[in-house]
Amino acid sequence: MSLTNADVQKIARLARLAMSESEIAAARTQLSGIFDLIAEMQAVDTKGVTPMSHAQDVSQRLREDKVTEINQRELFQSLAPQYKGSPQVEAGLYLVPQVIE
Amino acid sequence: MLNSSLAQLGAALRAGKISSVELSQIYLDRIAALNPTLNAYVTTNSETSLAQARQADLLLANGKAQPLTGIPIAQKDIFCAKGWRTTCGSKMLENFIAPYDAHVIERFNNAGAVNLGKTNMDEFAMGSSNETSYFGTVKNPWDKHAVPGGSSGGSACAVAARMCAAATGTDTGGSIRQPAALCGISGIKPTYGTVSRYGMIAFASSLDQAGAMARSAEDLALLLNVMTGFDARDSTSLQRDKENYSRDLSKPLAGLRIGLPKEFFAAGLAQDVAGCVNAAIAEYKKLGSTIVDISLPNSRLAVPVYYVLAPAEASSNLSRYDGVRYGYRAPEYSDLTEMYEKSRAQGFGEEVKRRIMIGTYVLSHGYYDAYYLQAQKIRRLIAQDFDYAFKQCDVIMGPTSPSTAFNLGEKGDDPVQMYLSDIYTIAVNLAGLPGMSIPAGFGSNGRPVGLQIIGNYFAEALMLNVAHQYQLATDHHDRSPQNIGL
Amino acid sequence: MPWEIVIGLEVHTQLSTNSKIFSGASTTYGAEPNTQADAVSIALPGVLPVLNKGAVERAIKFGLAVGAHIAPRSVFARKNYFYPDLPKGYQISQFDLPVVGQGALKIQVEPLSGNAEPYEKVVRITRAHLEEDAGKSLHEDFHGMTGIDLNRAGTPLLEIVSEPDMSSAAEAVAYAKTLHSLVRWIGICDGNMQEGSFRCDVNVSVRRHGAPLGTRREIKNLNSFKFMQQAIDYEVQWQIDTIENGGKIHQATVLFNPDTGETRAMRSKEEAHDYRYFPDPDLLPLDITSELLEKVRATLPESQQVKQARYVKLGISAEDTNILTASREMAEFFDATLVSLLKKGVGTLITPETPSSEIYAARLSNWLIGEVSAQLNREGLDLTQCPITPQQLGGMLKLVVDGTISNSAAKEVFRTMWSKGGDADVIIEAKGLKQDSDMGAIEKLVDEIIAANPAQVAEYRRGKDKVFGFFVGLAMKASKGKANPAQLNEVLKRKLDGAK
Repeated sequence: MSLTNADVQKIARLARLAMSESEIAAARTQLSGIFDLIAEMQAVDTKGVTPMSHAQDVSQRLREDKVTEINQRELFQSLAPQYKGSPQVEAGLYLVPQVIE
Repeated sequence: MLNSSLAQLGAALRAGKISSVELSQIYLDRIAALNPTLNAYVTTNSETSLAQARQADLLLANGKAQPLTGIPIAQKDIFCAKGWRTTCGSKMLENFIAPYDAHVIERFNNAGAVNLGKTNMDEFAMGSSNETSYFGTVKNPWDKHAVPGGSSGGSACAVAARMCAAATGTDTGGSIRQPAALCGISGIKPTYGTVSRYGMIAFASSLDQAGAMARSAEDLALLLNVMTGFDARDSTSLQRDKENYSRDLSKPLAGLRIGLPKEFFAAGLAQDVAGCVNAAIAEYKKLGSTIVDISLPNSRLAVPVYYVLAPAEASSNLSRYDGVRYGYRAPEYSDLTEMYEKSRAQGFGEEVKRRIMIGTYVLSHGYYDAYYLQAQKIRRLIAQDFDYAFKQCDVIMGPTSPSTAFNLGEKGDDPVQMYLSDIYTIAVNLAGLPGMSIPAGFGSNGRPVGLQIIGNYFAEALMLNVAHQYQLATDHHDRSPQNIGL
Repeated sequence: MPWEIVIGLEVHTQLSTNSKIFSGASTTYGAEPNTQADAVSIALPGVLPVLNKGAVERAIKFGLAVGAHIAPRSVFARKNYFYPDLPKGYQISQFDLPVVGQGALKIQVEPLSGNAEPYEKVVRITRAHLEEDAGKSLHEDFHGMTGIDLNRAGTPLLEIVSEPDMSSAAEAVAYAKTLHSLVRWIGICDGNMQEGSFRCDVNVSVRRHGAPLGTRREIKNLNSFKFMQQAIDYEVQWQIDTIENGGKIHQATVLFNPDTGETRAMRSKEEAHDYRYFPDPDLLPLDITSELLEKVRATLPESQQVKQARYVKLGISAEDTNILTASREMAEFFDATLVSLLKKGVGTLITPETPSSEIYAARLSNWLIGEVSAQLNREGLDLTQCPITPQQLGGMLKLVVDGTISNSAAKEVFRTMWSKGGDADVIIEAKGLKQDSDMGAIEKLVDEIIAANPAQVAEYRRGKDKVFGFFVGLAMKASKGKANPAQLNEVLKRKLDGAK
């Protein structure tokens, strides 16, 4: 199948992956090869076949509506990434560049 | 000591012939000596391991030991272990100290086993050679120019090189079985849903399954006894009666029907591998089995189906790695979008990014029906093939991998070539069936060959029996690599 | 009017469970940031979702209450997009197979202008599905950064989608109000709009009569009915003006600014989101058995409408009926008290002397809306914390209706019951509050007063009606408040008017 550079750019943006021009070109070649592999299955007639999402035909189990988790903010926020040398948490909140709506 | 079975080690520990601290130290020393060459481990922490060993020694002294108490086990670095760095082979989690234990880790802890360290793996379990790890390649202990297989390459290497008594692995498309075959050890991926995935970093949720890697089927049974069981925190975990996987090891094989799929013995299979597998089949005939020719007609589509479904699920599972709450965040960015894009582009390796892109594409608007839905339908057909086959035979056998271990860097340029090395193992994951690989000899270059055994759902005890009887009659699994790293 | 307005609503209701939809973290509002964000809520590597039964039961309850089809099998799907308040990079929702199918809601529309009469309308509900809420972004106070609080991430939501059946702001508001009342009534959502428990997105489009449907714009996150009405009015006018000036309406998400009263398209990129929905492989299909369905159906309370009809039939005014049925607790307290009142006559026939249920209902309604509510307000309590039970209240009211105690005595009994507990009949014995209904005593008393106050009697007989109150006061004082007021009044009037 033929992917264009623009196709690759669009996918990269959807997946939040920064890619340079040359990276896009390289990805295009490799992805095209992989899609050729995948294309084999498209010709198969699957009319009337039920898609298989899970190995066993089991139903979702329901959990009792109880609070079971305790506050572990300190432990979890010790994992927060750093930016310019300081951990990106303040007043118990995670910090990210401002989002403008 | 290093060639003892888990049962023998357990007996020695309980008899006081050796302490867990001593045994753990033996392995830690061996890791110190060999890991610089083999790179099987990403993280060790001798203080923590020995502290656990001391706890085990207390249990042993008080007569409160279980079969694996005091035994040092290597954990694939995909399992979150509280207080341990857990990297999943990725720069994205290079400094991630897991704040909780995976269910599998809890089970080993409760059994009194010792966590010997975290083994190297293909990044986010995506790979068949352990060459995609951010922490460097793992060498095959039989030949340092060869790959150990992947993604559980570190665990396979550690077992083969006696750098642990046994190890855990995970298998999404063959990641336990293929490295087991390439490293000349035994490995089992049980039926989907029998081992909890809670705390096991997700790659492809409907295909991932944890399993065991060790030097014999006997050992695998003891490991499964600890690892399996219901976990309420995993919705896909099955509620079943507890099983003793060792219960049928000694049963004679007379009357066993072994199915040989013609598709597993077709073009693409290396001659030396075929030779070893055929010899193994002959041995099974001697043990009283009958051979049935079967067909898995849709198995030829397993690889393309897998490379739609697994990347699709992965592309979504890996979206949480965004540099916000944990993991790698890029050092420079001007806004939120750039922060995401750079953190992920820099934190993930090439193979991971490739698969995220494939997955994103096949799920995207307009392509879902043609790719994802179609793949799920063919998946059903593949599962039905096995269903039909198991009406004609008790177990299915064939080669685990089309060739012995290839050289490091050999399949670097073409991802598709790499994908095709999973050609015999992938269908098993798609159907959710249990699969094993056991040593069946050596190829023309002295590199190990694996025999794959596939069972019907929940047939692990039978498969282990089938493997064990073969291992009583042969000695491939007893062989160990000499002159490791030279 | 040449223009037709087409409105549909998507309402996100936070379900009133104790824990989150996919984990056991607490859902309590107002906690310190990220103190209710467990491993699952912050999407640590390796965590997995497990479905909360309470969320499922509430979804079923809603479906039953609107007469909807409950899907025997429904599926959870991942909606993929990147945003800092969405820790997994996807929201677990339902796409193809939602848990609740088509239903309907009958609404009473009060036209907002003109003198048109209120009218009834049925709004069809397309579907309702379960999903998880996202966290919160705080944009101020962080020196150019945004702060993320994930306490709310994972709170269960039921997204209720209507057909575009509404054709005016009045209808949209009526629908929203009715839905709001319903979810609170059946106990699945606390409806607290300030806290974000009930959030409305309104899809608005306009078209000329006979033309095909116009392009719609979506007004997001309206959390007050007043704002909803203002936003719709503005948006409709804006769309009409735009088209009449030759412009085109482009699909957009808009926000309403309450300060300016205007709607404005959000600044996000023009690309439509590609959510790449697919069934969540970490969750299995949700199969709702007939057992679960019946178990939930048994907990469904009598509907607000049925109760209202019953109260109106009992003679209670429409206004008071609305107050009594504003909350299920109030209506159920009323019902329980009425039952206990009627039950006190177990075994007795309804005779002419036995008050009918209408009289009991009237008294009870006054007391509940009056004294009981006032006292609760004074003490900052809600009805579930009322120290008086329906049985106690009923016991007291019975004595009022049958004349054993006067209304003012009843107030004293009420105060005692409230603060000290006890039953009315015991209290009136202890305090000697039984009123005098002995006609002879009253006649004698009145005669004495009339004899003692000839000047005022003369004033009254000359036409100064106000003096009557003077006599009432004297009589009450003389009887130490125990005289039956009705009887006293009757005797006073009779004798003052000159009869014997």
